[in-house]
Amino acid sequence: METAAEPENLAGVRHIILVLSGKGGVGKSTISTELALALHHEGKKVGILDVDLCGPSIPRMLRAQGKAVHQCDRGWVPVFVDREQSISLMSVGFLLENPDEAVVWRGPKKNALIKQFVSDVAWGELDCLVVDTPPGTSDEHMAVVEALRPYRPLRALVVTTPQAVSVGDVRRELTFCKKTGLQVVGVVENMSGFACPHCAECTYVFSRGGGEELARLAGVPFLGSVPLDPELTRSLEEGHDLTQEFPKSPAFPALTSIARKILDGLPATLS
Amino acid sequence: MEEVPHDCPGADSAQAGRGTSCQGCPNQRLCASGAGAAPDPAIEEIKEKMKTVKHKILVLSGKGGVGKSTFSAHLAHGLAEDENTQVALLDIDICGPSIPKIMGLEGEQVHQSASGWSPVYVEDNLGVMSVGFLLSSPDDAVIWRGPKKNGMIKQFLRDVDWGDVDYLLVDTPPGTSDEHLSVVQYLAAAHIDGAVIVTTPQEISLQDVRKEISFCRKVKLPIIGVVENMSGFVCPRCKVRAVTEASLSSLKPQIHQPR
Repeated sequence: METAAEPENLAGVRHIILVLSGKGGVGKSTISTELALALHHEGKKVGILDVDLCGPSIPRMLRAQGKAVHQCDRGWVPVFVDREQSISLMSVGFLLENPDEAVVWRGPKKNALIKQFVSDVAWGELDCLVVDTPPGTSDEHMAVVEALRPYRPLRALVVTTPQAVSVGDVRRELTFCKKTGLQVVGVVENMSGFACPHCAECTYVFSRGGGEELARLAGVPFLGSVPLDPELTRSLEEGHDLTQEFPKSPAFPALTSIARKILDGLPATLS
Repeated sequence: MEEVPHDCPGADSAQAGRGTSCQGCPNQRLCASGAGAAPDPAIEEIKEKMKTVKHKILVLSGKGGVGKSTFSAHLAHGLAEDENTQVALLDIDICGPSIPKIMGLEGEQVHQSASGWSPVYVEDNLGVMSVGFLLSSPDDAVIWRGPKKNGMIKQFLRDVDWGDVDYLLVDTPPGTSDEHLSVVQYLAAAHIDGAVIVTTPQEISLQDVRKEISFCRKVKLPIIGVVENMSGFVCPRCKVRAVTEASLSSLKPQIHQPR
């Protein structure tokens, strides 16, 4: 039986939320980043743990590419992405010499790094640790859930897009959550309709209704829909805070509402 | 190989059979003897099996959700339009098998015969194989670690009776990990024509695609080309095109750089 993570480095973390999907490209990293930013705007101290080792997207989304990871006596110091040091981030992206370098590792090596990310990063005092995951239900997911086991309850936010091919994969992810004892706080439907910037007509590019249907099938709350928004894409491409750069973006109220619902659903110590 | 402990250092690693996590593993003696480092006999078996397959093309991305499965399915249909061309589509996305849904084959089952597993035929000349056909419920999750996924891929390549095939297209999951390494290793002796890499215009996709290109270089997999999917959107009402930045040009230097 393997030993769980050393408790010290996560002792100051009040809540842990895993952002999962099953399906790739639905916006897990986007939602993780926007959730962290929304919590930060509510005055919370947030950490983001990016365990997508093959495709670490978060550093770019927070304009933190190329930053160095330093060591302290408790292990690695997470990278602060803001001046107030209220958003910290750990990602394999910081450990690569060349950003185009591929992390071509099999499961055991990925598991080992993820365990280190959980137990050897000096997270300090955090209101919330958001864990961004890659698509699937495999090594990374099992490794991070096992390493975080002493910190129950572990909460999960499940992201989907409206179409059936996403819902199909995300149903399996919900089974993974059930089997591993994750408490699903709700389902978010991303890329839910495209508002034409020219004529404001809303087109459901990726079909509609999948997120609500999924939440209903799984018996979990439907937290809301985020539209397909070129301004949201731009803010992430350039590493800007959506609320500062594009406050009129249609994605902004959707994301704020989702973060609020998550906060309201957490035990009183946080909200 | 039987079930492995989750801290398995890998059968071909220097620690094979000697690590602390190896204690109690049914394969410990085998690994400690160095047998794990020997070439897998399946590679030769797969080479034999692939003698009836003229062309093998991997569809890769690195980034999830860019349309690998969509593209694979449509390419398969496109190639199969000529009824004299035999096409096979193999879905090695073990955790998120999308191909059955995209091809309208949900609920289909795989049958065994004396010559192996039979693919599911969507047309007379287009056969499909996916782990999706082996799952009994749409809610079933395939919660497998690397070694078990690799075993499934090996079976797909060795035990499926593809027959005479002109094009075998392999749809892959996002990333550069077990599935990708395994399919390249198992097909090593059988010669892969190359890889088609799918992306979307956003830099966040291109970032992962550059890693995929590095992966192809590392494993000496030729790149046939790159496809940009979801390239802009025309509003059905006002017909104005939502501009997405042209971005494939940023990949050209990396693809064409001298090895």
